[in-house]
Amino acid sequence: MSEVIVITSGKGGVGKTTTTANLGVGLASRGKKVVLIDTDTGLRNLDLLLGLERRIVYTLVDVVQKRVNYGQALVRHKKYTNLFLLPTSQVADKTAIEPAQMLELVEAMKSEFDYILIDCPAGIEQGYETAVIGADWAIVVTNPEISAVRDADKIIGKLQAANKKIKLVVNRIRPQMVKDGTMLDMTAIDDILSLECIGQVPDDDKVVDSANRGVPVVESKDSAAGEAYRDIVGRVCGEDIPFKPLEVETFWQRLKHVFGR
Amino acid sequence: MFDFLKIFGGKSESSSEQAHKRLKFVLIHDRANVSPEVMEHIKNDIIKVISHYMEIDQKAMEISLENDQDAVALVANIPVNRMRPVAGHRR
Repeated sequence: MSEVIVITSGKGGVGKTTTTANLGVGLASRGKKVVLIDTDTGLRNLDLLLGLERRIVYTLVDVVQKRVNYGQALVRHKKYTNLFLLPTSQVADKTAIEPAQMLELVEAMKSEFDYILIDCPAGIEQGYETAVIGADWAIVVTNPEISAVRDADKIIGKLQAANKKIKLVVNRIRPQMVKDGTMLDMTAIDDILSLECIGQVPDDDKVVDSANRGVPVVESKDSAAGEAYRDIVGRVCGEDIPFKPLEVETFWQRLKHVFGR
Repeated sequence: MFDFLKIFGGKSESSSEQAHKRLKFVLIHDRANVSPEVMEHIKNDIIKVISHYMEIDQKAMEISLENDQDAVALVANIPVNRMRPVAGHRR
């Protein structure tokens, strides 16, 4: 049984690609056979976050234009051998792939993979339509900022019109600000968007650090964001994992943070 | 203790509470796809109809879209100055 999930957001820069990479690695390390499809043609980054940027030969555009079959374009991860990336082209633009071509490809891949994760570009134009068409359900990623929440709602309206089930991930929460009443928390965003929330990811320096290395943070045991992503992976697999309370840094931790370097 | 402090601190709304309220308002309008111009037309038409029957305070009148358990409701708050007895029996 294959599950096709699109990771989308509306607004750019909220962490779609980071979420896709972490979900992919998390699912693969549980033994699932996973393919990640980057549909952000022209602005691809999923390859970088996974550390696979130097191994790309063919792209999604070559596949849908039938120059190669998808097996030739897949890049297999060295460490997680049941994780594959189907990269997109960095030179073509979003019009290079028609939604119908994408649907055909996803249908063809279903027999081979447990999970097909599609990283959607920002915006609501053709790139969005292409990314969403083959998906069984959607993960909407947002930040606790008014602009990101508003854009998320726009995408949610479009997804609901297309009869897609939606789950929410709130990324880059700063616990201290939530505690001080200067940042929306997951409960408030839940109330505004009325969706099932499957994750709240704290803002964590390790996310940037791990992106630098091309190793998704989900595998690092000492990262709050990594722990949140592991919980999200569990919830995607259907496990009932209770939400942990956000951890506010103690005075000493904050001091260490400031003088740490 | 907390309430005690609140009395002296005055009632101030945190920015996250403001964000919550502002988003709820703006998303209803985004979703309903009603432009401010249309809202203005609706308001003027309501005034026209109601004015046959009662004298209302047009300046204090408010209409807005609100979310009521997953359905959008048009909520009007119309202060009535007095009834118009003649107009009310005209029909």
